[in-house]
Amino acid sequence: MSASFLEVNDVRKAYGAIRAVDGVSFAVGPGDIVGVIGPNGSGKTTLFNSILGQIEPTSGHVAFCGEDVTGMSPLELSRRGVGRTFQTLQVFGQLSVRDNLIVAAQEFQGSLGARLFARPDAGLGQAADQMIELFRLQHVAGLPAGRLSYGQQKLIDIAMAFMPRPRLVLLDEPCAGVNPSLVDQLRELLVTLNREQGGSFVVIEHNMDFIMRLCPHVICMVEGKVLARGAPADVQSNRQVLAAYLGN
Amino acid sequence: MTVRSTWPWLVGMLVVACTSFFLKRSDIYLLSLCSVYLMATYGLNLTVGYAGQMSLGQAAFLGIGAYIGAILMTKAGWPFWCVLPVAAIVCFVVGLVIGFPALRVQHHYLAFATLGFNVLVFLALRNEEWLTGGTFGIANIPRPTLFGYPLDTEFRFFWLTFASLGVLMTLLWLLLRSPWGRAFAALRDNPIRAESLGVNITAYTLFAFAIGAAAAGIGGVYYASLVQFVEPGPFHFSTSLMMLLAVIVGGAGRFFGPLLGTVVIILLPELLRASTVPALQFMQKWYLVAFGVAVVLLMVWLPGGLLSLGDRWRRGRVGQ
Repeated sequence: MSASFLEVNDVRKAYGAIRAVDGVSFAVGPGDIVGVIGPNGSGKTTLFNSILGQIEPTSGHVAFCGEDVTGMSPLELSRRGVGRTFQTLQVFGQLSVRDNLIVAAQEFQGSLGARLFARPDAGLGQAADQMIELFRLQHVAGLPAGRLSYGQQKLIDIAMAFMPRPRLVLLDEPCAGVNPSLVDQLRELLVTLNREQGGSFVVIEHNMDFIMRLCPHVICMVEGKVLARGAPADVQSNRQVLAAYLGN
Repeated sequence: MTVRSTWPWLVGMLVVACTSFFLKRSDIYLLSLCSVYLMATYGLNLTVGYAGQMSLGQAAFLGIGAYIGAILMTKAGWPFWCVLPVAAIVCFVVGLVIGFPALRVQHHYLAFATLGFNVLVFLALRNEEWLTGGTFGIANIPRPTLFGYPLDTEFRFFWLTFASLGVLMTLLWLLLRSPWGRAFAALRDNPIRAESLGVNITAYTLFAFAIGAAAAGIGGVYYASLVQFVEPGPFHFSTSLMMLLAVIVGGAGRFFGPLLGTVVIILLPELLRASTVPALQFMQKWYLVAFGVAVVLLMVWLPGGLLSLGDRWRRGRVGQ
């Protein structure tokens, strides 16, 4: 990996006696795609939420571009160029697909007061249309997002995270509930976005094939700790990782 | 909401307003009252329908506006046009403050917090006799003049109220078409996701309350001048419930929802009560029962409000 961009240093999150995240450290460089795998309940989403200010870590530090962002709110992090998707679908159901994409980036256009007098599309109509085309959502662009299929909403959810052209995106199980043909499309989209926007990604995923083909670097978490890290093939063949997934 | 889809509504409003040329004084008064309540329900639709913040305190803002109007116009001798911005600003600031509980609690907890505020304002209006006149209220509130032209008749005052409602609706329409409108909808649909996308949910929540309150405050000044007498009764929390009902019956989060809802809530009982159709004569006694049953049925079959009928019809056509 190249020089660090996101640095997670000894982050811990405990709920009473339960250590959901137990001393996790890793770094992400500019343009990197890092995969995070692990069985259910291994602390992956808690780690994401601790990095992204959704919950405050019990201890440890998170730095983004050299700045300590530990415990910073999601709003402040988004303004620093950190985007995310959630494990469950998180679209704005009553807004059209196009409006979902515009709202995902409009808050980065001028001040709050200036946006009151801005054009209805906040000057983002073209960017939204390009994203709609990239994600092949043209035929549903004007429909309320809440009325679309799960897979389509998943695509909107991911497209929204990329609309403000973030420097870092944390994707939480982007393939969950998505059919296999859409998984391939999703991987290609993420590769394209990584190449064109130059952003860094951290991806939590249970779909091993997806992770192995997308991420040059993989971290495996078990019981809140990092069990293994390295190239996908190395992690996949690690005996401890296999034991954690398959049992002894 | 497109520019094209608003035209039928505007034409309809104008047609209804033009009927005032042929209506008797009491009916024109009713239309003016409808316009006044519409100002408040439009504000509530922004808070509840667009921004998704529950509020049972809108009547308190209407009351604050009405009493500011009554006190400043009768005791301080301020002209109507100077009182309007004062009432709007005061209600805006109070609305900002009332928005703070919404940053911590949601749904029925927020409903009770705002209801508590309404009760508090009602008690203050009733008990602070030195300022509000208590249950005796404040009488002899003047009607305004426009460039020296007195708007003292029901007919003239109706047209002032109607035109002012048009201005208020236009301003809210522009607000909702701006990126702010989309941010309000994002806040309503999914605040956690909205915040992760940089939407300042604190600011938008507070502004949703403040702007909604300012609209009600303006309505309050018109109310004071229309009735020419204010007392605490009309600002009881039951009025807040009625306004919320108007928003929901019309279609919360739909621009013309409050218009339809307010007309149904205020005019339908009156129409039922005054019905001269022989088959509907029994309604003169049973109109409130019929109204209550109609609302229950509407909520069961059309929880999205009357304006959701169009969506349902379109979906049905797509399904076929």
